[in-house]
Amino acid sequence: MQRNQFSIGHASGFIHPVSSDITRQAVYQQRRDLLKRIAAGVAGTSMATWASREALAQAKKPSPLTGQPSKVSGASTMEKVTSYKDATTYNNYYEFGTEKSYPALQAHTLVTKPWSVEIDGLVKKPGRLDIEDLLKYSPMEERIYRMRCVEGWSMVIPWVGYSLSEIIKRVEPLGNAKYVEFTTLADPKTMPGVRSSVLDWPYVEGLRMDEAMHPLTLMAFGMYGEVLPNQNGAPLRLVVPWKYGFKSAKSIVKIRFLEKEPVNSWGRSAPQEYGFYSNVNPLVDHPRWSQATERRIGEDGLLTKKRKTLMFNGYEAQVASMYTGMDLKKFY
Amino acid sequence: MQVREVSLSMLRPLLRHAFAKPIIFTLCTVPFFYLVWGALNDGLGANPAEYLIRATGNWTLRFLCITLAITPLRVVGAIPELLRLRRMLGLFVYFYVVIHLLCYSWLDMGFEWSDIATDIAKRPFILVGFTAFVLLTPLAATSFNQAIRWLGAKRWQLLHRAVYGVAVLAILHFYWMRAGKSNFAEVIMYGAILAALLLWRVWNKRFARH
Repeated sequence: MQRNQFSIGHASGFIHPVSSDITRQAVYQQRRDLLKRIAAGVAGTSMATWASREALAQAKKPSPLTGQPSKVSGASTMEKVTSYKDATTYNNYYEFGTEKSYPALQAHTLVTKPWSVEIDGLVKKPGRLDIEDLLKYSPMEERIYRMRCVEGWSMVIPWVGYSLSEIIKRVEPLGNAKYVEFTTLADPKTMPGVRSSVLDWPYVEGLRMDEAMHPLTLMAFGMYGEVLPNQNGAPLRLVVPWKYGFKSAKSIVKIRFLEKEPVNSWGRSAPQEYGFYSNVNPLVDHPRWSQATERRIGEDGLLTKKRKTLMFNGYEAQVASMYTGMDLKKFY
Repeated sequence: MQVREVSLSMLRPLLRHAFAKPIIFTLCTVPFFYLVWGALNDGLGANPAEYLIRATGNWTLRFLCITLAITPLRVVGAIPELLRLRRMLGLFVYFYVVIHLLCYSWLDMGFEWSDIATDIAKRPFILVGFTAFVLLTPLAATSFNQAIRWLGAKRWQLLHRAVYGVAVLAILHFYWMRAGKSNFAEVIMYGAILAALLLWRVWNKRFARH
């Protein structure tokens, strides 16, 4: 019986979990209550200031956003899900500062309502899509993806959203549209990091059309059964699980369809280190570190050996065919 | 009315106190024990290995700045007592760099010696850091009084000038590590401090008459 339950997953090379295993709402709630109590001054003023900032970042308490377990092949790994705390306090979101703890402390200033996404470039139906409409375009699915950061660490995150292809199909790209470019919010008033010159703002990412249309390419609106927290890219973000994390643009404001390959922000900033494709690949090292192994956040102990990184982050069966004949060392 | 001049040399009696050195020694171990405590109590965030490697690197750089600040402070502030601290502080630079290297080889590389050797050979940023460590080793090894006698004061001093090279390499290592993310604020800060401390020496040698 045990095997039957997972049989769909086995057929596709992945095992699907029971959805009740994923979200442990009570645990999150306890943590927030504790933070509020600390913020109320139990632990002295300086501690309270710190904690209240954290509580503030969480204050606009994400409302529930659930989805049916996805039927897309490979979309639900059985691996242990990273704790909500780690996934929401260890973030690279440079618009809110370069330290990984900053987004959780500073992202409460982000205004996610009203929000719309501009559709531009080589499409039949350019225009603006309101977030309220986008939320209804397709039924929400829960997808449990591995997330591999280019820095050598990884998480397992239960996202809520639907395939990006659902949006692309609606706006009807023209025949000569070969690439999709994603522009994210860069608001110096609410995003302190935008005032620094770490990158050229706004942050831009891109995908080839077939990558963008791949069913695994997710437009996420939520995680852990809730609306996305600001520091994780609210109100909508891309999740491309077989590519390094920085390809998955957060807080998207514009989607543009192009004939030529767009230049992504990290590619512009350090072309010798970050390519356009940035597929997870243990055989192609970053110039400053090996990509052969990774540390799973919150799971591997301090002295546990790092685990082996999988080709295409373990999504080889689903995505490798898009790259046949390509020299992945050249197109890194 | 007599105006009492406030000067750094007022520190002199404090530094002459028998407890001065043990107290400063204890203070220097605080970062170490904080990190050990954090590692054992899940207090270093979501990625404790990364935290430890970076924190020990930062502390190495800080102690290097402090050590290299001793001579300028001693001369400018006229506090000869500071000389008594220099060796101890220098050895703390070495202590923290050893921990830094240990964290990297253990937590990041799992003591896979062949991987570590490849990493050092392949990556300029690691190579530069490792070279700085290698350069620092004979300095730590000859830090006792007998070594000065064996080598002769002149040669000993010449050898210990290698610390200026170590400072340059340390900044280069830090710069390279941050280069990919063009996050240079701290690199510039430490670079400026070390540059000022080195330039002071050049200036002092050329123009000051003691």
